[in-house]
Amino acid sequence: MFKLIKQLTSLAAVVAVLFAFTTESMAAKKSKTLKNTQKKGFVRCGVSQGLPGFSNADAAGNWTGVDVDVCRAVAAAVLGDANKVKFTPLSAKERFTALTSGEIDILSRNTTWTLSRDADIGLTFVGVNFYDGQGFMVRKNSGYSSVNDFKNGISACTNLGTTTELNMRDFFNSKGISYEPVTFEKADEVVAAYDAGRCDTYTTDKSGLAAQRIKLSAPDDHIVLPETISKEPLGPVVRQGDSVWEDIVRWSLNVMIEAEEYGVNSANADSMKTSDNPAVKRLVGAEGELGAAFGLDNEWSLRIIKQVGNYGESYKRNIADTGILPDRGPNELWTKGGILYVPPAR
Amino acid sequence: MNIRPNKILPQIIALLAVILVFGFLTYNAQVNMDNRGIEFGFGFLTQESSFDVQFSLIDYDGSHSYARAYLVGLLNTLLVAFIGIILSTILGVIVGIARLSPNYLIERTAAWYVEFFRNIPLLLQIFFWYFAALRALPLPQDTEPMFGVFFLTIKGLFVPRFVWENLDIFFYSIIAAIISIIVIRNYARKLQENEGKQLPVFYISIGLFIILPLLTFLVGGVSLNFSIPELEQMSNTSFKYKGGLGIPPELIALTLALGLYTATFIAECVRAGIQGISKGQKEAAASIGLTPNQILKLVIMPQALRIIIPPTTNQYLNLTKNSSLAAAIAYPDLVLIFAGTALMQTGRAIEIVSITMLTYLSISLSISVLMNWYNKKIAIKEK
Repeated sequence: MFKLIKQLTSLAAVVAVLFAFTTESMAAKKSKTLKNTQKKGFVRCGVSQGLPGFSNADAAGNWTGVDVDVCRAVAAAVLGDANKVKFTPLSAKERFTALTSGEIDILSRNTTWTLSRDADIGLTFVGVNFYDGQGFMVRKNSGYSSVNDFKNGISACTNLGTTTELNMRDFFNSKGISYEPVTFEKADEVVAAYDAGRCDTYTTDKSGLAAQRIKLSAPDDHIVLPETISKEPLGPVVRQGDSVWEDIVRWSLNVMIEAEEYGVNSANADSMKTSDNPAVKRLVGAEGELGAAFGLDNEWSLRIIKQVGNYGESYKRNIADTGILPDRGPNELWTKGGILYVPPAR
Repeated sequence: MNIRPNKILPQIIALLAVILVFGFLTYNAQVNMDNRGIEFGFGFLTQESSFDVQFSLIDYDGSHSYARAYLVGLLNTLLVAFIGIILSTILGVIVGIARLSPNYLIERTAAWYVEFFRNIPLLLQIFFWYFAALRALPLPQDTEPMFGVFFLTIKGLFVPRFVWENLDIFFYSIIAAIISIIVIRNYARKLQENEGKQLPVFYISIGLFIILPLLTFLVGGVSLNFSIPELEQMSNTSFKYKGGLGIPPELIALTLALGLYTATFIAECVRAGIQGISKGQKEAAASIGLTPNQILKLVIMPQALRIIIPPTTNQYLNLTKNSSLAAAIAYPDLVLIFAGTALMQTGRAIEIVSITMLTYLSISLSISVLMNWYNKKIAIKEK
């Protein structure tokens, strides 16, 4: 009987501990994410496992890229320091689960905004930081000069669990071509298999093709075909249900784009406080009370511009100067013939 | 059985606790999913999957449902497990016996093989077989055919495909052959027990197994043609094969890696089983005049199997579960198709992962039940 009591008490202890662990997580507070981030002292950001120009770590573990800059901008706005970011590299398969389960607070990982992702699985897309489209890479000597040259039985390597996989089917079906999809979980394996000759073509977002081409054994032997077969608006994602946090991330990105539009950059941001243009003054926090709406101080946007730079600076530093896509294409401001157009910060 | 309350009570409480904990976890997951606006449900299974799969045993494309995609993945997993188990068993038995060979060279080679392959992580071996082999294999246009009809290329192994006519009659003849062999065996056993006569059962069986199906070709109207793969050019440097049967390199690399890896463990089981039989058994059998073959077949193996089967079952289970590493090299198994692509496209993590886990559990339990049945069958029956 004594043994029984002992068993019972240990059991009760286990159950009690389980309850204690879980009750706290149920309490929903207003912008829990912001509160937690400020308490922790860093922004938890999910990025890719290495896509040059978007999110890529160097040998010393420093992350760079336009996706990385979105997280840095949020850190600058919320914590005052663009370097206070903890990056978590995620595969395409892991990314949404990591976000919905609360392992990260921003997913900035070349993720395509689609209806089903936005509406269905507890995610909210906050904007677009890169307008992309799916393309095909082939060997230069293959004789393919257009997607119209593709014939029945072509094998195509790509990443699994991406919109690429679905677009590829739509594309080949509409052309009436039978194809062999070879899908890998990691981009590095896709590149290795295509490089070895397993596939006739490698298909993913065009920016991705341009970036991954550098990893091939002979990059110059490969070309990206001119056609774009899909719309791929890539942007940062947050968990559904914390609208304050959602707004902070959305406007951190918007401020970078608007700063470029008004010619405010990391070098001249401070001097712009005395600008004649009220829109510029609002942008650098010299007028209005924009930060208050998020529970932030008024210099949040100034810090983003000073520490991370405007969108143009970020693009130049990460994508143009690295030779990935020197031409900005659709990712140019609407005033210069592109489609980057953000609502006004006022 | 003597039932006492102080023995049953702790068990009931333990059971209640398990139910409570699981119930609570489910409840907690539900609350958290509600908070985050995620709905739970299996309705997605009937939706159109809209992704294609490289290799499928049944008719499938993106216009089929997610449930069908699940079935494709399941069958591909079973295929790898099935081929892997056969491969590893054959290889394992050979290597296990070779390790006991009096021939120094054979014994050492087998020992090296075992030590080498079982001490390298399986994932590395899969990568090795896939990427090393991919790099080493020729492109389709550079391939020299083996025996004129087999083409081993970077895009896979292309073999002639059977084109049958009246295949069902051929099948019936094989079934008939198997049934008659069983009947003859039973008759032969009775004959030996009652009158002490021995029939050459082995030769009769082989003869039946060859002659009956052959007869169907002559009189049953069964015919067999081969569709031989032919190289077809798609562009300057892209080629493919037309006709024949294409086995993707992912499947080859995966079964090879799984087979070679698991065979080392099975070899050790076999060795342990044979060594577990005392020398006296063999000597006693020899002293009553049995031939070495008979000794192995009638005395050593029946006893050794009892030691071999239980640990070998573990290895079969391991192999099946390890086949989920397929996702690393693009072989479309259950994990890649269902817990990979389907999970990504639907975002239904909890549903899909639970289905996948339940599936592996069921496969493993089925193998386990089958092997336990076999184990019971060969166990000592006290008379």
